[in-house]
Amino acid sequence: MTTLSAKSPVLELRNLVVEFVTRHGTLRALDGISFSIAPGEVLGVVGESGAGKSLTGAAVIGLLEPPGRIASGEVLLAGQRIDHLPIEELRHIRGKRIGTIFQDPLTSLDPLYRVGEQLIETIRTHLSVSEQEARARAIALLAEVGIPAPEKRIDGYPHEFSGGMRQRVVIALALAAEPELIIADEPTTALDVSVQAQIIAVLKKLCRERGTAVMLITHDMGVIAETADRVAVMYAGRVIEIGPVRDVVKSPKHPYAKGLMGSIPALDERPERLLQIEGAMPRLNAIPQGCAFHPRCPHVMPRCHEARPVLAPVGAGQVACFLHEVGQ
Amino acid sequence: MLAFIIRRILQSCMVLLTVALLAFTMFRFVGDPVAQIVSLDTPAEEVRKVRESLGLDDPVVVQMGRYLYKAVQLDFGISYQFRQPVIELLAERAPATLELALISSFLSLAIGIPMGVYTALRRDSLFARVFQSISLVGVSLPTFLIGILLIYLFAVTLGWLPSFGRGQVVTVSGRWTTGLLTASGLKALILPSITLGLYQMTLIMRLVRAEMLEVLRSDHIKFARARGLTTRAIHFRHALKSTLVPVITIAGLQLGSIIAFAVITETVFQWPGMGALFLKAVQNVDIPIMAAYLMIISALFVTINMVVDLLYAFVDPRLRATIKG
Repeated sequence: MTTLSAKSPVLELRNLVVEFVTRHGTLRALDGISFSIAPGEVLGVVGESGAGKSLTGAAVIGLLEPPGRIASGEVLLAGQRIDHLPIEELRHIRGKRIGTIFQDPLTSLDPLYRVGEQLIETIRTHLSVSEQEARARAIALLAEVGIPAPEKRIDGYPHEFSGGMRQRVVIALALAAEPELIIADEPTTALDVSVQAQIIAVLKKLCRERGTAVMLITHDMGVIAETADRVAVMYAGRVIEIGPVRDVVKSPKHPYAKGLMGSIPALDERPERLLQIEGAMPRLNAIPQGCAFHPRCPHVMPRCHEARPVLAPVGAGQVACFLHEVGQ
Repeated sequence: MLAFIIRRILQSCMVLLTVALLAFTMFRFVGDPVAQIVSLDTPAEEVRKVRESLGLDDPVVVQMGRYLYKAVQLDFGISYQFRQPVIELLAERAPATLELALISSFLSLAIGIPMGVYTALRRDSLFARVFQSISLVGVSLPTFLIGILLIYLFAVTLGWLPSFGRGQVVTVSGRWTTGLLTASGLKALILPSITLGLYQMTLIMRLVRAEMLEVLRSDHIKFARARGLTTRAIHFRHALKSTLVPVITIAGLQLGSIIAFAVITETVFQWPGMGALFLKAVQNVDIPIMAAYLMIISALFVTINMVVDLLYAFVDPRLRATIKG
């Protein structure tokens, strides 16, 4: 953290709280998320389904679906708050300063328009260039994401592309206006295993070249291990551990993170029984008091029932667990 | 593309042939046409002659073949009640029905689509709720009741618009009579076209609304928002186009049924169209007219269906690919 704080972060979340107001009461889906991403850094965000990973991404770009809303906390883009901007100003940030990649490339593109039309449309929304310049730029982008014969393929419709090729187009769209940050929400989950590695490689390469920071949301620990610089582990709407990728993957501190990393099968070791965390993540309307993980935690202590641990520095990272409190 | 069109034309011919068979069967089973032509005291010899001259003593298959052969040349025989070629009678009245149907369809699309889009985009606004309620009335009230209510309000009580007829018509290019060129003709069109189009309009509005709400939730719209496109581009470039793909089919089929079911509206407003002629034919067992009407309407349906399929391909590139193959 100390090495990163020298540069001002591209994205900073401060105590972000997202709530859903429903007839049955208010559900707190994100409960005090704080982290930052430095320029050019890749932050992996992992956790089970429902932990709030995608919601964090949606909250950053202001695309929370009602009745979801940011109840408190701040989202800062390059030092400026963007969480309470008017819709029109936020729109200028989306696509221009923050690019987004969604899970399913098959449905992300509009099936009724040519790939090129969608690229040119995006480029011209954010940059003042002519139609011809935008087209040249679109072809260059397609070439960069590794689409063969881009000057021909630019006039193809999405259905004429395979899943992997469509995700490359989506990456080209996300990078179209040279954003500072890319939010990639499970970019490879819907793809064939053989294609996943290629897509991650393309994403990694392009972001390295441009110095684009990435918030990589996934539950694929393999992708995290080889792509991310730092990892944030989420559980029940909270970040419970965050730190350099090697530390978190190889020697996780939080009991939940330990369980999560222990559940990854290793290829180079003799097959043993994989670690399994007893129970399931609580529903939003039944998050236990104190530490949300305590009912499943093998090291549970009396105070875990009452008080909620906060993120505190441990080694190079931060952990929210009483086991790792300073002085213990 | 060409193979697709040819295949569709062949299919259409099969449909029309089936309808022709049905139409022909009417001659065999709905009463004896000779009894309609001759009077009670016509001598038996005379009756036999009439039967012979009409070819009704030939085997059924021969009669059937003759009917088809003539029908292809648009010769549907002679009306029993008017003693005039059926095709002339229909041609005389077709402009009235077609004008009414086209204006009604135009109104239902021109008003229904924007209303649908509005109610989808401004779901919670007062107007959207009002439109929704009105549309319920439009969908559930029967056509004749709407017609009578409109006549009562605008013709009887307010006296603004005529309650029956086409007003003054002008003949253009020889045969086509149009009411679109005179003030009284246009005025006469207003009530019938609203009556005929109201159901379609509300149907289209509700369809567009439901479809658009669905599209607005889809992934590509979510991604379009994430790309930072303007709200206008998202709503009208992307969402509306996706919405219109299924709407085209319904609207096309509705045009067919507007023409076919103009019968009721034409009766309420004494509109001199094909529907009114058909109704009179039913009352008088004028089978040649009934059969011809059946065939013309089905030909219209089949044609419209084909045009709709081609339009579909024009809008949706995915279908274009399947059609090409």
